[in-house]
Amino acid sequence: MAALTREETQNLIQEVLAVYPEKAKKDRAKHLMVNDQSVDVAKKCITSNRKSLPGVMTIRGCAYAGSRGVCWGPIKDMIHISHGPVGCGMYSTMGRRHYANGTTGSDIFTTINVTSDFQEKDIVFGGDKKLKAIIDELETLFPLAKGYTIQSECPIGLIGDDIESVAKVKGAEIEKTIVPVRCEGFRGVSQSLGHHIANDTIRDWVLPTREGKDDGFEKTPYDVNILADYNIGGDIWPSRMLLEEIGLRVIAQVPGDGTLAEMEKSIHAKLNLLHCYRSMNYVSRHMEEKFGIPWMEYNLFGPTKIEASLRAIAERFDDKIKEGVEKTLAKYKPQWEAVVEKYRPRLEGKKVMLYVGGLRPRHIIGAYEDLGMEVVGTGYEFAHNDDYDRTIKEMGDATLIYDDVTAYELDEFVKKIKPDLIGSGIKEKYQFQKMGFPFRQMHSWDYSGPYHGYDGFAIFARDMDMTLNNPCWKEMKAPWLRPLATEVQAA
Amino acid sequence: MALRQCAIYGKGGIGKSTTTQNLVSALAEMGKKVLIIGCDPKADSTRLILHAKAQDTIMSLAAEAGSVEDLELEDVLKIGYQGIRCAESGGPEPGVGCAGRGVITAINFLEEEGAYEEDLDFVFYDVLGDVVCGGFAMPIRENKAQEIYIVCSGEMMAMFAANNISKGIVKYATTGSVRLAGLICNSRNTDREDELIIALAEKLGTQMIHFVPRDNVVQRAEIRRMTVIEFDPTCQQANEYRSLAQKIVDNKKFVIPTPLEMDDLENLLMEFGIMDVEDESVVGKTAAELA
Repeated sequence: MAALTREETQNLIQEVLAVYPEKAKKDRAKHLMVNDQSVDVAKKCITSNRKSLPGVMTIRGCAYAGSRGVCWGPIKDMIHISHGPVGCGMYSTMGRRHYANGTTGSDIFTTINVTSDFQEKDIVFGGDKKLKAIIDELETLFPLAKGYTIQSECPIGLIGDDIESVAKVKGAEIEKTIVPVRCEGFRGVSQSLGHHIANDTIRDWVLPTREGKDDGFEKTPYDVNILADYNIGGDIWPSRMLLEEIGLRVIAQVPGDGTLAEMEKSIHAKLNLLHCYRSMNYVSRHMEEKFGIPWMEYNLFGPTKIEASLRAIAERFDDKIKEGVEKTLAKYKPQWEAVVEKYRPRLEGKKVMLYVGGLRPRHIIGAYEDLGMEVVGTGYEFAHNDDYDRTIKEMGDATLIYDDVTAYELDEFVKKIKPDLIGSGIKEKYQFQKMGFPFRQMHSWDYSGPYHGYDGFAIFARDMDMTLNNPCWKEMKAPWLRPLATEVQAA
Repeated sequence: MALRQCAIYGKGGIGKSTTTQNLVSALAEMGKKVLIIGCDPKADSTRLILHAKAQDTIMSLAAEAGSVEDLELEDVLKIGYQGIRCAESGGPEPGVGCAGRGVITAINFLEEEGAYEEDLDFVFYDVLGDVVCGGFAMPIRENKAQEIYIVCSGEMMAMFAANNISKGIVKYATTGSVRLAGLICNSRNTDREDELIIALAEKLGTQMIHFVPRDNVVQRAEIRRMTVIEFDPTCQQANEYRSLAQKIVDNKKFVIPTPLEMDDLENLLMEFGIMDVEDESVVGKTAAELA
């Protein structure tokens, strides 16, 4: 199907909105736009980071998910306590594929799940004593854990449990870092506020520990941090390899496959490399202000973006790094050219619709384009205006952009646009597969990955091909519903 | 006689618990079967009936046993003076946890366990202070107490509280069967106190059901952890509580209250000289500015 014109896309939006009551229509219309590359400031044409409408299905998460699942969850040598009733802790168990190197119980603890399992009596009498007891028990069970975070679930905010004082008292007693995080799920409109709250706790409870002290750290001019790479399916490893190959020294990975000590020493870096802008721009800005560490965004999805990003990073350093970049680019050229040569003919001209989280709705566009594919619709669950500012230039003119899209809207858009591939989350996956659309789960890389770097690009290309060109899509119609002629021919 | 469920509200420190226990003692003396449920984490709503502060509150026993489902009714129901049944919801120490949730849990437990099913004539809920949150509104929700008595006095803050509580009742009265049944004036010996409370009751659409005069015998009895009815049954104050009890037995005036706007209430207070006439020109002025 040919790409839609500006007018057709506009009509499509109106058509889909038509079923809503007047008030909902007015509200939702602000979250849907036809892309116009000439626009610089997204807020002129799209509204984001607003409360979802009641009565429609939203795919958003909560503040607890943003902190427990995203920003803090991957820090591997700390134990993250889900403080509150058992459900939140239970259902966040290993839901996110943030991989970590190490051995459970000795140097990683992200594979175990801890909850304070609030009962009625804890609500009525408060959970502070229980929290202290939990930390004591964990100290006995896992003495090698480097610290704890207390991830508040909703009731903690309602009953006003004083987790900060528990953190201070117990932290002094056991001489470890304990971080209280007030990420109650009812706060904010999406998981986005949870990221912000988690960032603030890193600022207040972690970064000051080595500030102004001589911790014996030997600096080099090439020290960088990787921020907000969550190591989904191992993403951070090929990223780190590339950065090291061009001559940089990665001193901290926060939080993907990262440790508390890395977070603490991150204040010694020369540059913060920020992968997911949305979830960790807050602490990046703080580190710039407080420690004078500049930050920059980068993108390691697909050879075009890798090249641009590595060169942009090199601009911040001396010739040694610039040479390193050119050498690295040359080294991997045959590798990625082989990937493109193999897969591009099978994927050329295919249309993709995305609906994902923090940065992927814009970051992976380049990787698709490297394979000759076009992203015709994209949107974020919990973006703010500055994310859309960054998206407009990445998307083609007259393509569709949707914010906090409802299940109904996405269904209808897909039915009309008929993309060749959809990339979204687990909640959308089976629905679209049943509708006969090839689908990739782009939060968890559909249990595949990594997708970052050159190694990741090869896996990305393979995955898209095996999904899109899977023979199963030809079998969507039951044999008895097919025209007789094809059956006869087949026989 | 069908079970009547009554809740006693009123400003903190106004004498709700003392009035309730004396009133209930008088009812028991008349042969009525009564249950008092203390809805206050301090758990002192049954002290004068049991001659001791209830140590085993529903929530403290539940915390000990693991959960409220592990409790039996006989664990929490205590029998006191004249066979009055007593239960205390209990709750956290000040500043932690959620006392309101404790009240909800305790009342649900009593209901599920059938505490109200025996041949009771009256259930009295003695509720902490103001209706600060959903938990403390529990006794007037979901068809529990149908009659609300507000204890007040001729003091300004007590009357403000009575008006606020009436607002809470309106909210639940429109969707349920809860009604305001009257104001109990627990005298503080302020000027024209009875007239003032009668006037307030009229504005609220209700009645001053009884004027309980101030008498030191109440304090003397309380030191001995007793009600006046038990401590000195022949004294005048005991008769006052008896006549309050009789009026409640005979009470038929149950209304949806008509709470006053702030201005109307202030006017009423000014009329009785409780509050000075407001001088708009001094609002927001410091002492130095006024000098």
